[in-house]
Amino acid sequence: MTTPELARGHAVARHGRLEELRRHPVVLGLVGLVVLVLAVVAGIALGTVSVSPADTVAILARDLLGWPMAETWPKSTETIVMELRLPRVLTALVVGLGLAVAGVTFQGLLRNPLADPYVLGTASGAALGAAIGVLVPVQLAVLGLGLVNILAFVGALLAVLVVHQVAGGGGRATLTTLLLTGYAVGSMLAAGLAMSMYLAGSQLRQIFFYLLGSLSGADWQSLFVGLPVILVGTLLIMARARSLNGLLLGDDTAQHLGVDVRRERAILLGLASLVTAAAVALAGLIGFVGLVVPHVVRLLVGPNARLVLPLSAIFGGAFLILADLGARVLGEVPVGIVTAIIGAPVFVLLLRRYRAGYQL
Amino acid sequence: MSLPGVSIDIRDVGLRYGRRDVLSDIGLHVEPGEGVCLVGPNGAGKSSLLRCLTGIVVPTRGSIALDGVPLRDIERGALARIISVVPSGVELPFAMRVEEVVRLGRIPHENPFTGASQFDHVAADAAMTRVGIEHLRGRDVRELSMGERQLVLVAMAVAQGGRLIVLDEPTVHLDLRHQVEVLSLLARLSGDGLTVLAVLHDLSLAAQFFPRLLLLDGGRLVSDGSPREVLTPARIREVYAVDPRFVPALA
Repeated sequence: MTTPELARGHAVARHGRLEELRRHPVVLGLVGLVVLVLAVVAGIALGTVSVSPADTVAILARDLLGWPMAETWPKSTETIVMELRLPRVLTALVVGLGLAVAGVTFQGLLRNPLADPYVLGTASGAALGAAIGVLVPVQLAVLGLGLVNILAFVGALLAVLVVHQVAGGGGRATLTTLLLTGYAVGSMLAAGLAMSMYLAGSQLRQIFFYLLGSLSGADWQSLFVGLPVILVGTLLIMARARSLNGLLLGDDTAQHLGVDVRRERAILLGLASLVTAAAVALAGLIGFVGLVVPHVVRLLVGPNARLVLPLSAIFGGAFLILADLGARVLGEVPVGIVTAIIGAPVFVLLLRRYRAGYQL
Repeated sequence: MSLPGVSIDIRDVGLRYGRRDVLSDIGLHVEPGEGVCLVGPNGAGKSSLLRCLTGIVVPTRGSIALDGVPLRDIERGALARIISVVPSGVELPFAMRVEEVVRLGRIPHENPFTGASQFDHVAADAAMTRVGIEHLRGRDVRELSMGERQLVLVAMAVAQGGRLIVLDEPTVHLDLRHQVEVLSLLARLSGDGLTVLAVLHDLSLAAQFFPRLLLLDGGRLVSDGSPREVLTPARIREVYAVDPRFVPALA
């Protein structure tokens, strides 16, 4: 065989494997779950003090499932696993899952492949909220969440609400109006954020840390508050996959297919914003998870939201656990830097593989 | 699989946007299985009439009924199982394959939680066969020619299984061969008993492929009848303000 023939043969073989995955999304889901489990174990085992994978699994089996395991590890190891690493890894899982699902939803709703969970003002709303939380000299904790997290959550939701209302509610607003309003409101909030950073003085570093995103503050208490919001929001979004599919061909066609566009857009926008706000409250502004993961999944299984949503949830969770592991190994750098360093090149590769929008 | 078409009753329909009357005093009746073509100059209200009929906008005055049931009494999901609309001017945000687009037509029939059933897949495949695009299976829609894309969208509407098929300028941007292909397909669907309602700009094609034309001008129904009755030289001169010699349909 000549070289070009070989190359073509390889191309066909590669195409064929992708084709197989597309026809068997369940296999891809199982692969994703295995990756996720491995990521959880690796995320717990590795770090400044490494724990052997066997001990990790044994500690988890004993403490979570109540299995009788022989204690072959020092007490301090168990504390590290159960009190530091496990809540952090689970927080990364939940935040990554939520951001990926919110990304799928925003991209589908706005029919814009460049949309991410932050596109309609959530990011700047959360950032301003967090900055105010840092500056206000009040110590407050509700349900185990500090003032910074609470204000970030509230700020994200308020920003989307303002964007939605200013753009003219679900009905009359065109998608472009919604996007441009998001941009305008976001810019205004960014000005507020800049002002608070200017006033922050010695607390600037704390605000900055929040802007870059980090999981170093993860603990069981905040996880127990954030987790139900993200999981319930995700399940409710998945139950509306049909509406997201209907919107693929535009508002009019969605209506012709029986989707109440006005209502569904408002509901999905609300749910995705809620999930984003909870994720942002837990871990700050982590970029690229909500942008890149949905696109990779779509490339593998096509745009059907019934497949894209659950698969993005699995891969989003695994991706953020591994990115956080990288951030810890690099000496506790903000995880947003790691996701950007991995995410941006992947996104560029994706752009080469499939053009974004086109006329049908 | 010949489905009985649906009858359309439009009575005194008027539509106002702000102070502008887009449609006034529209009244017409379409029998099940009829093939009807809406013609008229730009801004005559053709698309607005389609939007009223398909439930996107609610007319300011008058009533529309399908098989005698007022449109406002038909819930949106049920309406989507009666009327199939061929999308026009669609822009896809993501890469999609031909069969994925066709399957979107099954959304009104899907279980909202469990998704498409085996039957939905069979119905989508049958629609592709009927429209003659089986050979395009697996192709990325953006690799297709305009003509092929139009056939994919018609297949999606056929998969939807409505008893009335509505099309807004399905032949725009198509070359002559694909225009004839799409319109012959519509004639076949109408022959099978489906009601077909299309907007066309090309009077010659409209006259050749549809037994009945509706001529709209300035939001009013100016004429309703066979192509010979509707497309008279005097009316062409009046409605389109052009010399009728330029309209080969009259020759």
